[in-house]
Amino acid sequence: MPMNAGTFILVAVVKIVIAVFVLLTACAYTVWLERKVVGHIQNRWGPTRVGPFGLLQPLADGLKFILKEDLTPPYVNRTIYILAPMLALTMALTSIALIPVGPVIHAFGISTPIQITGVVNSATGRGADINIGLLIILGITSLGVYGIALAGWSSNSKYSLLGALRASAQMVSYEIALGLSLVGVLILSGTFSLHAIVEMQQGTWFGFIPKWNIFRGQIFAFFIYLMAAFAETNRVPFDLPEAESELVAGYHTEYSAMKFAMFFVAEYANMITVACLASILFLGGWSGPVFGPAILQALLPVFWFALRIVFFMFVYIWVRGTLPRFRYDQLMGFGWKFLFPLALANILITALVVAWRA
Amino acid sequence: MPQNYVPIFIFLLIAFLIGAGTVLVASLIRPNNPDKVKLMPYECGIDPVDSARKRYTVRFYIVAILFVVFDVETVFLFPWAVQFKLLGLFGFVEMMVFLGILIVGYIWIWKKGALEWI
Repeated sequence: MPMNAGTFILVAVVKIVIAVFVLLTACAYTVWLERKVVGHIQNRWGPTRVGPFGLLQPLADGLKFILKEDLTPPYVNRTIYILAPMLALTMALTSIALIPVGPVIHAFGISTPIQITGVVNSATGRGADINIGLLIILGITSLGVYGIALAGWSSNSKYSLLGALRASAQMVSYEIALGLSLVGVLILSGTFSLHAIVEMQQGTWFGFIPKWNIFRGQIFAFFIYLMAAFAETNRVPFDLPEAESELVAGYHTEYSAMKFAMFFVAEYANMITVACLASILFLGGWSGPVFGPAILQALLPVFWFALRIVFFMFVYIWVRGTLPRFRYDQLMGFGWKFLFPLALANILITALVVAWRA
Repeated sequence: MPQNYVPIFIFLLIAFLIGAGTVLVASLIRPNNPDKVKLMPYECGIDPVDSARKRYTVRFYIVAILFVVFDVETVFLFPWAVQFKLLGLFGFVEMMVFLGILIVGYIWIWKKGALEWI
């Protein structure tokens, strides 16, 4: 059923409000999960006081962020200093707009895919989305670097400047390995549309091996992507920009209260986006067994998708609890001398195999 | 279709309003009593020495230049990869020539020591 413009905007706004709410809640509870899991890895309890199992801790943290004194030091470049965290947060949140979370659902007489930019193809009744979705995501996440670089520069503090320089150099270096690791998937699927890439990975071989890209020869690409993604989101073992033992807090040293919280949320939102992209491109998106009544059939794909995200979040935290931090020269060497040639080799081999078969 | 891009711009607006809105709300209810010590640049409790905007190592510039070269290459690979099956053998050979030139350049910068971080 084709929609008129008003319904289209209304549906989009409803989806955006739900997505923002879910994303912010997910960020808050990833922090809770992180504190809890790292606590147990280090043989302590993590948060336990606020609510059962410390479940209300994110709420208490949020309240504290709002009620704390927010200093704007006199020596900063005021406009950029205030806009930088907003830029980082805006870009981190917006990239979720392109992520397809599930197939087409039917509600209140409207059919729409569970994706903010998704539409229903009126000819086939199947879901579709923007045909350059992946490019837009890469573009928007790259813009997040500006937030960090501007924050560090405008703070006019030595730690901030060094942290921002490190962060931007690291993020642009690993962006190349990240981009190259996706080329293999693009050769296999032949489209930028994330919805189409997921649709292509539905089904199984011999009834039990799922047709995910990771099982179609992209396993190396997956691990290159994962390592580059860790560096891209400034997480352990690549958390050089905020190495607290040498740089205090890196680019957000001079930020307090809500503005600091915005960098914090942006980092976790970026982690979630990267995990979404990993599950879409390599692990089959929302594919999984669907059964039961209609309502269950509509919700199970979203559940399978969320399960993958939780898995990636757990891996993030697990790695943080296990590995020490790299040295900066090791970090740059790893990106340029190891991941980059490996990603190129992956492209060559994938291209050769696909050309051989054709 | 162009109208499919509209939700992204709505999202951009809403995401920005969330950031700006929380800062505005927080500025109405938070306490505000700065003093001289609170407003100093943080340098582990010592009075700050010198300006923060000083020269830093040239390595960061080299990384930026290398990034531009290789990121353009990545962007060039994307459309080729999407149309790979359509371009056939011609596209494959063409891209191998392009990548070959680039790999020679990569080996050259490695030998020159541009990838070393000292």
